[in-house]
Amino acid sequence: MRADLKLIHDWIPQGARVLDLGCGDGALLAALARDKQVVGYGLEIDPDGITACIERGVSVIEQDIDDGLNNIEDDAYDLVIMTQALQALQRPDRTLDEMLRVGRECIIAFPNFAYWRHRLYLGIQGRMPVSKSLPHAWYDTPNIHLSTFRDFGQLCRDKGLTIVDQRVGNGDHEPHWSSRLWPNLCGETAIFRVTRASR
Amino acid sequence: MPDTLPPDSVGLVTPQTAHFDTPLALAGGKVLSDYSLVYETYGTLNAERNNAVLICHALSGHHHAAGFHDMGDRKPGWWDAYIGPGKAIDTERFFVVSLNNLGGCHGSTGPASINPDTQRAWGPEFPVMTVGDWVHSQARLADRLGIERFAAVIGGSLGGMQVLQWAMAYPERIANAVVIAATPRLSAQNIAFNEVARQAIRSDPDFHDGWYEEHGTVPKRGLKLARMIGHITYLSEHSMGAKFGRDLRTDQLNFGYDVEFQVESYLRHQGDTFSTSFDANTYLLMTKALDYFDPAALHGGDLAAALAPAQCPFLVVSFTTDWRFAPPRSRELVDALMRADKPVSYASIDSPHGHDAFLLPHPRYEAVFGGFMRRVARDLQLEETT
Repeated sequence: MRADLKLIHDWIPQGARVLDLGCGDGALLAALARDKQVVGYGLEIDPDGITACIERGVSVIEQDIDDGLNNIEDDAYDLVIMTQALQALQRPDRTLDEMLRVGRECIIAFPNFAYWRHRLYLGIQGRMPVSKSLPHAWYDTPNIHLSTFRDFGQLCRDKGLTIVDQRVGNGDHEPHWSSRLWPNLCGETAIFRVTRASR
Repeated sequence: MPDTLPPDSVGLVTPQTAHFDTPLALAGGKVLSDYSLVYETYGTLNAERNNAVLICHALSGHHHAAGFHDMGDRKPGWWDAYIGPGKAIDTERFFVVSLNNLGGCHGSTGPASINPDTQRAWGPEFPVMTVGDWVHSQARLADRLGIERFAAVIGGSLGGMQVLQWAMAYPERIANAVVIAATPRLSAQNIAFNEVARQAIRSDPDFHDGWYEEHGTVPKRGLKLARMIGHITYLSEHSMGAKFGRDLRTDQLNFGYDVEFQVESYLRHQGDTFSTSFDANTYLLMTKALDYFDPAALHGGDLAAALAPAQCPFLVVSFTTDWRFAPPRSRELVDALMRADKPVSYASIDSPHGHDAFLLPHPRYEAVFGGFMRRVARDLQLEETT
């Protein structure tokens, strides 16, 4: 399993009700169902991802996150997960609102644009970064809303959300002293656990 | 039909008939004292009897879903694209049962059968059937075949409604549900189209209030019109346009009312063929079964509550250009299943062919459907039986 998914896997409590936005081939949901008796659904629009989910017995719904989650009731899920999709959304801020409407807590993983290699790419070479976590060229990338570890934290604070946990990692999400000291500079991917503001 | 059978065909098949003497109480209050169901099977029932799949047919469907009746057949069964060795419903693993529903006109007891009370054909007095009645009779057929629990119950359109009914009425007897191009209930527009079709039949002078057989007539004009109307709703604007455009049969306009456009010719042909092969009373009855189906109505409009008894995983498939049972109707069902915490997967297949797409070969539809069925086979640890 992908490193960020492994970390998320460990965070999910037994028997939780989970919604996975952009669930891909369903690897995370399949592991959660097997190891933690999680009940959940994935939303996906990629045909190959959908077929892979169906074939492995993961509940997957063909639904575009950008169209909203109107079909899902408030508080329907314990946890809403979204990995590697935030940066490809039309309005990430609105999706975040929707996620915290349908779920009590959400986990979001995305590539940190402020990662030092990206900075070097842009700062020294003067070109849009291409890396393991951002593999596309500027003209064909689906990633239209790139952000940094610090940006996302700021968005959460602006919205009055509670950040339960925030981490960065390299591609393999291995902890490293440098990323603990300077997460915005040394983290290649960012992961946030966020809940609604306490009322 | 070529001289040899295609390798991925179930081959030559022979319909069978099961007779039932146990009275069947119907939703409308009447009782069928005895009845017959005609059905076909493909593949082999395994020793554990857990590899059976039930196919539920749509409005004008029947038991002949796959294979050929004889080497002279021009076309195979109506769902041959998806039933056969190596196909989505793989007959090397599954034992497929496909029947003609009660009230049908392809061999099962219906309006043309003899009413034991009067010793004349039932005609218009054949009781109106509901989806629930059909499923009840299908369960009895399963009993007869020694099938306690189906590995999957599968259907498109009206067949999809029967699948839903199975999941609600016999949750312990269905391990998986596949609901294709269906709806949890008809819209006002759907009912309106059905009513126009019914009026076309009932206003045909040859209909004789449904006693046409005794009058030695066939309400062909009515049936033809009903089919033409229905057929328009099965195709998409796009597929009609692509197939016919504004093409003329001859190279000029005739300023008259004979067939001029190719689409007119096509519809008339469809209607003519149908009017000589389908029974008018059956058509009326089948459209009523469609109109009446509304499981949510019994639960104050709450479809999730209606689906609460279901225990099986669902696959729901819709087609983008289907305007008869459009994708939002499938979404209604999917949302209700999610609200009811039922395992469900949903795919919206991009097809230009409208409602009819559920019958036609399509790579992504095949991948989704086949993928689901492979998972069913894996979960039940089904071996190849042939």
